Formats: sequence, C-alpha cells, structure tokens
Amino acid sequence: MKRRNFLVALGASLVAGCSKIGDSQWFEALVDTAEGWHRGIHRTLGVGRIAMAPEYERSDISPFFRGNGSRTVDTDAYRAALESGFADWTLSVGGLVDNPLTLTLDDIRTLPQRTQITRHDCVEGWSAIGEWTGPQLSHILEQAGVQEAVRFVIFRCADNLNGADYYESCDLDDAFHPQTIVAHLLNGEPLPERNGAPLRMRIERQLGYKHAKYLTGIELVASLEDVEGGKGGYWEDRAGYQWYAGI
Amino acid sequence: MAKQRKKHSIGTRIWHWVNALSVVILFMSGLNISNAHRRLYWGDWGFAAEQAWLEVPRFPGWATIPGYYSLASARDWHVLFAWVFALGLLLFMISAVRNGHFKRDLFTRLAEWKPAHIWHDIREHLKLNFEHGAGKFNLLQKIAYSGVIFVLLPLMIFTGMVMSPGMEAAWPWLTEVFGGRQSARSIHFICAWALFAFFVVHLVLVLLSNPARQIWDMITGGRDDEAA
Repeated sequence: MKRRNFLVALGASLVAGCSKIGDSQWFEALVDTAEGWHRGIHRTLGVGRIAMAPEYERSDISPFFRGNGSRTVDTDAYRAALESGFADWTLSVGGLVDNPLTLTLDDIRTLPQRTQITRHDCVEGWSAIGEWTGPQLSHILEQAGVQEAVRFVIFRCADNLNGADYYESCDLDDAFHPQTIVAHLLNGEPLPERNGAPLRMRIERQLGYKHAKYLTGIELVASLEDVEGGKGGYWEDRAGYQWYAGI
Repeated sequence: MAKQRKKHSIGTRIWHWVNALSVVILFMSGLNISNAHRRLYWGDWGFAAEQAWLEVPRFPGWATIPGYYSLASARDWHVLFAWVFALGLLLFMISAVRNGHFKRDLFTRLAEWKPAHIWHDIREHLKLNFEHGAGKFNLLQKIAYSGVIFVLLPLMIFTGMVMSPGMEAAWPWLTEVFGGRQSARSIHFICAWALFAFFVVHLVLVLLSNPARQIWDMITGGRDDEAA
C-alpha cells in the first residue's frame, strides 16, 4: 500500500515536473534547437539527390480523402465563388518579388502541370493517399522573380479558424522542391470543398498542417517575425506546433 | 592483485538510468500523442474506423506528459527524448561490445537451450529462487534482456523514424521494411506496450530479490561475486 502510494506520488511529481519544465524558456530553446537539427539531418541524409516523398500507384489511392481542420470557408463570398466554379478566384504572388502576379484558375491550369500520387500524413497520426495535380510552385516563383533577401514563402488562405486567418510557410528548399505544387485537382477532379477548393499547397515532405487550403496568396518574405503571430503558421502561433513539420 | 570487477560496469549503469528516464518520458508523452488519433491501421494509409484493426482507449492525464492533452507539447517531449534514448542506446551498445558485456553475459550458449535446462530455469523462477550458478544471468534473463536491447528498443527507434515524413524522404526504404507508415505506427504502439510489460516484470522481480541491494548495485556498480 505504502509502496503504491510512493509510485503514484512519483508518477504525479514526474508529470508535474515535466509540465513545469515544458513551460520554461530553456526547454523551449532546446526544442527549437532540436527542430533545427531535424530539418538539417533530414536534408543531409538525402545527400547527392533530391530527397523525394514516396509516390504511389493509382491502385493505392484511398477511396475517400478525409478533410480535417477547416472543411469549408464560412463566408458568402466563398459560397458564391463555389457556386460559380471559382471563375473569379485569384491567387496573388507578392512580397519581395520583381513582378507581383495575380493568377486566375485558368492561368494556373495552363502552366506546366505535375501529377503525383502521395500520402498525406496528419500530425494526429492518420494517413490518406491521393493523386494531386497542379503547377510546381518553383515555376510560379521563377515567373515572379524572387529577390535576394527572401528566406521564406508565406501561404495565405481564405479560411478563418477560431477567429484567426489560416496561413502557413516554408523555407526555399521546400518551396523549390519538385513535389511542391499548387494543387487544383484531387484524383483528376477539381478539389472538393473539404480538401481546400479551389487551390491548396502540397508540401509533401511535411505533415498535413503545412498543406495550406483555400489558397489566396503567396508572399515572399525575409523573416517570419512580422507575419501574424511570428511563428510561421496558424497552428504554430496558436498551439505551439513545430514550424518544421518533417517529423 | 587484479582489481575486483564490478557487477555492473559504469557504461551499463549510466545507460540504465538515462534509458529508464527517457523510456518513461517517451512512453508517457507517447500516450498523449496516441490520444490525438486513437485508431491503428496496417499498410500505408488509414483514417476511419472501418480501416482500423484496433481502437485504443483514451489515456488519462495522470498517465501522460504533459498532464493535459497537448499534441504540440507531447511531440516536443517525444522527439527531444528520442535523441537521448537513441544516442544512449548506441553508446551503450558500443561500450557493451568493447567491454565484453554482451558476449560474456547476454549471448546464450547452445547448452542453455536444452529443454530440461529451460524447464529448470522456469521452475526456479516460479519458486522465486533467483540463485543461479556461474554466469551473471540465467537463460530467461538473457532472453528478456536481449529481446529488449536488440529487438524492442531498436524497433521503437526505426518505426519512429518511419513516421517522420522528412526522414522518409531521405530513407524511403525504411518505410517499406515495415510495410508502410501505418504498419510502422502500429508496430511502434505494440512494442511500446511490450516494453511496458517488461518494465512491470523487471520491477516486480527486483522487488522480490533484495531490491535495496539491486538498486544500490545499479548505482555504485556492486561487486561481481558470481564471477570465477
């Protein structure tokens, strides 16, 4: 009996201690350092080639592609756009670029396309496989002309979750990666509403929350600090998710 | 006169405690992560009940790190202590190969696998008689410790690596070894509970066999009075 009390007390103090450490600044600094290592190591281990996310066969595609997070955009403008087949939807490309762009869906469809069957991994633990089609982000960035100072690419979204606009970001390595595309088709059909119609990012070497849906803008910046909460994404700002979601 | 060899080498002792701490933190933060999606699948993908082979219970706050549901914070703990755990195991393995611990104490000899010998070991265990002749460990201990050190702990590391999409892009073959990401996730979960089972049996057996002495020896090294 006494021994059991001792074990329970030991467990409880471990949980309490960890919660306290978890809130401390040095623990946060340690976690941030580890995040940097993970990114560096993942990139280094793919030496001599471009490390690609695995691609699958058509027969591997999941019969249904789960939607998570925002499953629609709760505005009249979005409902009207959905009704009209997104005829007037535009994607702006701005920030530190030589030629700011405004692309319509037709513009996006006429760029060279990449089709890839990849697995989407949610941070929660589930996975789904789908076939995505769209232009490589690198094509769009080359058209816009990326300036010297640029370090990050911000993805602006139409959806608002719990009072804040969704956004995400990635580094230039992921932005220019061949599998990073602005997808407008899922399994050969226009994106379903729950999966981010009409446009979503595919950043295949990272977890699902990086794959911004309902995409409205791409913005090139030198630092993440002045963007929204400063941590590079909706979940990063709000819940402390790691910015590098390759793990 | 030759120096008396310690029962547990310094490498073994440091690793034992570092590993114990990191496994406990990994297990408890892992239970918090499990709460984010409580279904397990085989193969590459799965997200719904109809694809699941198991739905696990929600683990209560007193069993998780942190003590409330936070996927972000639990993942921070988990991936940080994964480093302590994996590097600790690697260093221990190097030290145990170099000081002969594996060869001398853990590797079994053919004679130990005779059915009569195995039965004898099991009977003595059930009688709670832990006195055994020459050699530090008996066969059951060798099987249990080897299973943990060479099978379960490495499986935890490799199945964990498969679940990282960045790691997978670098080493895609590793995912195929385990038959897909969701299979790796299931194996990760099964091995975690196998380690928990080992942990419980290990604690019970220590408590039944002079616990104060056992714990003291694992800190100070003790005396290797069973040698020779």
